[in-house]
Amino acid sequence: MQGRECTALTQPADEMSKSERPNLLFRNLNAKVASIPMILTAMVVFVGGTVWTVLYSFTNSKLLPRLNFVGLDQYYRLWAAPRWLISIENLLIYGAISLVFSLVIGFLLAALLDQKIRFEDTFRTIFLYPFALSFIVTGLVWQWLLNPDFGIQHVVRDLGWTSFSFDPLYNSSIVIYGISIAALWQGTGLIMCLMLAGLRGIDEDIWKAARVDGIPMWKTYLFIVIPMMRPVFITTLVIIASGIVKVYDLVVAQTSGGPGIASEVPAKYVYDYMFFAQNLGQGFAASTMMLLSVVTVIVPWAYLEFGRRK
Amino acid sequence: MSIADITAQASTAAGARQDIAGPYGPKPRRVISRRNVFLYGTLFVMAVYYLLPLYVMVVTSLKGMPEIRLGNIFSPPLEITFEPWVKAWSTACTGLNCDGLSRGFWNSVRITVPSVLLSIAIASVNGYALANWRFKGADTFFIILIVGAFIPYQVMIYPIVIILREIGLYGSLSGLVIVHSIFGMPILTLLFRNYFASMPEELFRAARVDGAGFWGIFLRIMLPMSLPIFVVAIILQVTGIWNDFLFGVVYTRPDTYPMTVQLNNIVNSVQGVKEYNVNMAATILTGLVPLIVYFISGKLFVRGIAAGAVKG
Repeated sequence: MQGRECTALTQPADEMSKSERPNLLFRNLNAKVASIPMILTAMVVFVGGTVWTVLYSFTNSKLLPRLNFVGLDQYYRLWAAPRWLISIENLLIYGAISLVFSLVIGFLLAALLDQKIRFEDTFRTIFLYPFALSFIVTGLVWQWLLNPDFGIQHVVRDLGWTSFSFDPLYNSSIVIYGISIAALWQGTGLIMCLMLAGLRGIDEDIWKAARVDGIPMWKTYLFIVIPMMRPVFITTLVIIASGIVKVYDLVVAQTSGGPGIASEVPAKYVYDYMFFAQNLGQGFAASTMMLLSVVTVIVPWAYLEFGRRK
Repeated sequence: MSIADITAQASTAAGARQDIAGPYGPKPRRVISRRNVFLYGTLFVMAVYYLLPLYVMVVTSLKGMPEIRLGNIFSPPLEITFEPWVKAWSTACTGLNCDGLSRGFWNSVRITVPSVLLSIAIASVNGYALANWRFKGADTFFIILIVGAFIPYQVMIYPIVIILREIGLYGSLSGLVIVHSIFGMPILTLLFRNYFASMPEELFRAARVDGAGFWGIFLRIMLPMSLPIFVVAIILQVTGIWNDFLFGVVYTRPDTYPMTVQLNNIVNSVQGVKEYNVNMAATILTGLVPLIVYFISGKLFVRGIAAGAVKG
C-alpha cells in the first residue's frame, strides 16, 4: 500500500526528494489526523500523566500540587502509615485468593463444560452472568447475603445451629475473605470462558492418543493438557493480576473499608488521600507504589512473551 | 435417555447373536452413570451458587419490610409488592435529592451513549489507520497505548483532573465522556486494528486502484464489512461504561452522578432506617442494563470478552 507508493515516488527522482521533504509530514495525512486522539492519549495522558504523578510524588503537595521537593518523605510516611500497611496486606491476601481460586475454579468449570455435556450454553450463561454486573452491584448483593442479622448466618441459625457464626463483613480479621468471595463470584466466569477457549484449542487427537495409551483423564489434564495451555494460563494470569491491583469499587460497596480500616485497599487509599484528606503528595506516592507493583508483574511477562518472539 | 437405551439393547442383542465373536459395536453408554451424576451434580451445585444472589436480590425486592425482618432471605415472598421498585426508582434519597435512582439512570444514559459512540468512532478509524495506512512512528504510539492500558487508573486520575479543569470540563458529563473515550481506546483500537488487519489486502488494493481515498475506503468498504466487530465493541463499551464507578465518582458532581455512584450512595447512606427491599430493587435496576445486554447478545458477549482478554 504505502510501500508501493514510496517506490513509485523515489525511483524517478532522487534529487526531487530534497524539495519533497517538507511534504513528508503531510504524506498519508488522513491517517495521521485519524491518529491524533491516539497520539494525544498515549503521550499526554499515559506517558505525561504517569511522569507527572511520579514527579509530584516527591513533593509535599497538600491541597494543590506544588513543586516543592522533599525527596522520599512521602514514601517514608506512606510505609509508616498503619492504614497503608493494612491495605497492602489485604491486597496480598485478596490477590492470592483471587489468583488461586479463580484459576482452579475457572479451570474446573471449563473442564466440566468441556465433557460434551448437554445444556452447555445454559450452564455457561449462568456462570458468566455475574461478570456483566458491576462491582458495585456485586458488592451490595453480597453485603446483603453476608448480613449477619438477615443473611446466611441468620438462616443457618434458624435451622437450629444457633452457635453458627459467619459474619465476615463485620469481623475485622476475616473481612477481606468476605470481599474475596464476592470477587470470585463475579470473576470466575470470565476465567472459565478463557480456559474453555483454551481447552477447545487442544487437538482432539491428543485426547484419543491419551485414551489409547490408557492414561487416566486427570493425568491427561495435569500432565498433557495444562502444559499445552501455557499461553492461555499466562494471559489469564496477567488479566487476573491487573484486576487485583485495581480492586476498589467492590470494597467501597461492600464495606467502605470497614470495620474500622480492616478492609482498606491501596486504590482506596489513593482516592481518599487525593480527594478527601487533601494530601495529594501521599496520594501520588501511593499511586506510584501501585504503578510499581504492576510494572514488576508486567515487565517480566512482556520480556518473556515478546522478547522470545524476536 | 431412550436413544441410549435402544443402543444399549441393540448392542446386547448383537452380542447375544454373535456370542463367539464377543461384544460388538461401540461400548454402550448409560445415561445415569457415576460419571454423569458427578458431572451434572457438580455443575448443578455450582449453577445454584451462581444463581442464588440473583434470586435473593429479586425475592428481597418483592417483599415488604416486616416480612424481611421476620423471614428468611431465601424464602419466596408471601405477598408480592412492587412498592420497593417504585420507591427505588422515584423517591429514594441520596443526600438532598429525593428523586430516586431515575436521576442516576438518565445520567448514566447521557454518559454511556455519547461515550460509546465517541470511543468507537475514534478507535475504529484509528485501528483502520494502523492496519492499512501505517505511517512512521504509528506503531510506537500504539505500543505505548497498549502498555498504558495496564497502568493503574489511580496514577492518571489527578493529571486528568487538571487537564479537564484547564479546558473547563471538570465535573461535567462531557468531561466524563472524554475520560471514557480515553480509557476505552487501548482495547478498542487493538480490537479494530486486528480485525481490519485480518481482512484480505486485495480488497484494499482494489479500492485504491479505483481511486478511493482514506475515508472512501473506510466508509464504503471497511465499515459495511465489519458490523460484527462493531457490535462486539458496543457490547464491551456499554457494559464497561455503565458499570464504571471510579471515573463517575471522580469526574462528576452529585447532580450528574452516574447510576452506580448513586446506587452506592443510596444503599450505603448512614442516615435513616435501612430499607433492604428498596436497596435490592435499586441494585437490580442498576444491574438490569448490562444484564439485558448480556442475555440478548449471548455468544457475542463472550467474543467481546475474548477480545478484551487478548489485551495482553
